[in-house]
Amino acid sequence: MPRSRLLLAALCALPLLLPSPLLAARPTGDVAVRELDNGLRVIVKTDRRAPVVVSMVWYRVGSMDEHNGITGVAHVLEHMMFKGTRRVPAGEFSRLIAAAGGRDNAFTSRDYTAYFQILQKTELPLSLRLEADRMNNLLLSRDEFAKEIKVVMEERRWRTDDRPQSVLYERLMASALKAHPYRHPVIGWMSDLETLTVEDTQRFYDQWYGPNNATVVIVGDVVAEEVFALAQKYFGRIPRKTLPQRKAQTEPPQLGIQRLTVKAPAEQAQVLMAWRVPRLQKPAEEWEPYALDMLEGVLSGNAAARLPQRLVRDQRIAVSAGAGYEGVGRGPGFFLLAGTPVAGRSAADIEAALRRELQRVVDEGVSEAELNRVRAQIISADVYQRDSMFFQARLIGVLETVGLSYRDLDLFIERLQAITAEQVREVARKYLVDDQLTVAYLDPQPLDSAAPRIKPPAGVRHGN
Amino acid sequence: MAIKSFPLVLFRCVALLSALLFAQAAQAILPIEHWRTANGAKVYFVANRGLPMVDVSVEFPAGSAFDLPSKPGVAALTNSLMRLGAQGLAEDEIERRLADIGAVLNNRFDSDRNGLTLRTLSDPRWRDEALQLMTRILAAPDYPQPVFERERSRLLAGLKESERLPATQASREFQRAVFGDHPYGRRAYEIEALDRITRDDLVAFHRNFFVADRAVVAIMGDVTRAQAEAIAEQLTRGLPRGKGSAALPDPAPLMKGIERFVPHPASQSHIYVGAPGIKRSDPDFFAIFVGNHILGGGGFVSRITEEVRQKRGLAYSAYSTFSPTLSAGPFTIGMQTQRDQAQEALAVVRKTLREFVANGPTEKELTAAKQNIIGGFPMRIDSNRKIHDYLGMIGFYDLPLNYLETFVPQVQRLTVAEVKAAFARRIDPERMVTVVVATDDATAP
Repeated sequence: MPRSRLLLAALCALPLLLPSPLLAARPTGDVAVRELDNGLRVIVKTDRRAPVVVSMVWYRVGSMDEHNGITGVAHVLEHMMFKGTRRVPAGEFSRLIAAAGGRDNAFTSRDYTAYFQILQKTELPLSLRLEADRMNNLLLSRDEFAKEIKVVMEERRWRTDDRPQSVLYERLMASALKAHPYRHPVIGWMSDLETLTVEDTQRFYDQWYGPNNATVVIVGDVVAEEVFALAQKYFGRIPRKTLPQRKAQTEPPQLGIQRLTVKAPAEQAQVLMAWRVPRLQKPAEEWEPYALDMLEGVLSGNAAARLPQRLVRDQRIAVSAGAGYEGVGRGPGFFLLAGTPVAGRSAADIEAALRRELQRVVDEGVSEAELNRVRAQIISADVYQRDSMFFQARLIGVLETVGLSYRDLDLFIERLQAITAEQVREVARKYLVDDQLTVAYLDPQPLDSAAPRIKPPAGVRHGN
Repeated sequence: MAIKSFPLVLFRCVALLSALLFAQAAQAILPIEHWRTANGAKVYFVANRGLPMVDVSVEFPAGSAFDLPSKPGVAALTNSLMRLGAQGLAEDEIERRLADIGAVLNNRFDSDRNGLTLRTLSDPRWRDEALQLMTRILAAPDYPQPVFERERSRLLAGLKESERLPATQASREFQRAVFGDHPYGRRAYEIEALDRITRDDLVAFHRNFFVADRAVVAIMGDVTRAQAEAIAEQLTRGLPRGKGSAALPDPAPLMKGIERFVPHPASQSHIYVGAPGIKRSDPDFFAIFVGNHILGGGGFVSRITEEVRQKRGLAYSAYSTFSPTLSAGPFTIGMQTQRDQAQEALAVVRKTLREFVANGPTEKELTAAKQNIIGGFPMRIDSNRKIHDYLGMIGFYDLPLNYLETFVPQVQRLTVAEVKAAFARRIDPERMVTVVVATDDATAP
């Protein structure tokens, strides 16, 4: 999720920046932090707009902590976390949350795995009790694993295999990187899913799931001290774990442009271009990540931005075109451009058009009016997102898990607002160069060329 | 753009999202204010000064169901092109002005509803400009010919791409088989009809259906009642008077089961099972809502998810929904499974449905569903966005102003017998449409 300007714009939950009347009306969301003796961090943001609480547990482990042969295991473990402990049998977790009126789910990315419940505020103890239980007492059974791995394979088919656009992105990342584990899809390669075992999953759980690798994030109508006391009560006795050494797996320098083609059943070609660029690591010192984020905003952050305005509406060369900056994460940063040609235009035409837009930025820079437009979006998005407690909790969790801090939220907005036109031009000139680029073309194939791989279900009858 | 949709983050379940579509219901101690503008538009308003922003929507009964049978797509194009030029303002100028003030203007469109929603900061410096733009767009879209032609070809490209996907093919076949010639049987767009549509069709559709008398205005957020009244007057003043769209007919019940198997090379079969469901005004609404929660709308604890996913690992997402709309929207069971398991998954779903309709839920299931729905009530109205959505729905479907207050009691008093009887009245498992896309068997309809 942490992606692009939207994310960074999104990242600005508690801004103090603008000398604006907004500030007067702004409810200050109090944030309090406590670290338990076992290393568990607890972050509480009070929001009293409704008698509701969003409860999340974030583990600092995702698909980038996997290696070849077990890709997808972080996500499979996420699924298995609902399959029971000694005290709470399989399926019971969700039943207990549902009976309390709540909703629960989980998500996995390259950088993290997170679990959440949304409940009436009085039900927070239930959430923390259940999360503490499965942090330490998960029972991984062979039978449950055998069923759930099938579910995950269905998820992969649904999410990636039958969607040309997803395949294009998956293959692009696999080509753009050679050593860093971001080259593997979060869902895992199918052959790894086919050979993954319950023991692999158990090992991953044993290695990574402990209080000193987790952050509890609570947003809602709660009192911080009471939350800390509950966290101590339920999580306090879980022993600290010795975490595996995190090896850097640093990506070697790219030595020139890389190109690939993906053939898949589709109507239109598509182009996806990815440059390796810096990610945000020292938010108080760096400026380049903010400039890349503003560049994304100028190119495609709103309907008036350059790519939709020029490529789609004005030149009518693209059905759609956009930019994205992946700059918040534990692994390498990327700047992406994508486009789909109109009928009669080729992938090469779109690539050329996207390159022309970059060259314009380098040659002519961006205007103050364009920057102001992006700044306005950042300010308004900052207000709008406070309408969602879930979003606020997610933002805090992402930042804390990728090595940044919720405290940086003010800083982000301040630094973004201060980026100049010259800085935007400078990052485009410096980083969006061919030697750092990987280009993927989707080469559309007719539907019937992909022969059915499997026999039809036995006994399927013709329709009436 | 495409980039935003790459799956960097995987969620454990998508069924919940679908399930929640049904759950357009809620209560609360919300002081909803209601009045009519001078020219007859209905207004629904809740003040909330907690955040310096306001949500505003204006909608008309002018969704895809109100298209002429010969020209599907006119309603949707009327909507999507509204903002691409209005009262002499060119599209680029409109987009620039909206972006400059951080306003978010979205199109709102489905089978019934057609309109715009706006989210803006409430400071008058931005709010006034945003509302002026929305007013112009609503009352005086220009539909410039070159823009119309460009958008039509973009649309055609998008439709051709989408029509290749097994999910699109499955939902289209399902919709056609369930509704036949009923307006709900038509898609928002049909490729073969696009060439027949002209700019004049859009102008006429807008003039006939975007009338003040049928407008529903919902306002939520940081404005006073007096300001809300002024906003509603401003937004509707330029709209013509008129009677707007006529009532929709009821869909014909299915006389027998229908099965369609469509070949496609995808690795998964896309399966839909269903029939016409209920209207939003159906007296059985709550019984159906709670029953469906137990059957396949309640996420991980519902029967379909339990049987298909938890017990057998046959699908990532398996769910059932109703779409209670102006006319009886579809009852839909949906899932995707590896193509050699389609028959097995289908058998499981059919058996689950048969048993549920024959016997109803158990007492235990009904109690659990009530606990979840009632206990979850505060989360239905915990943000401006959700409350604004309720205002629009209450207004559009003429629900009582105390709808949110009665929500919990309506759920609370339901019995197993009532849920069972409501399903028995509405759903006949022997007369269902079944669509499976991505099987090697050819259709012979």
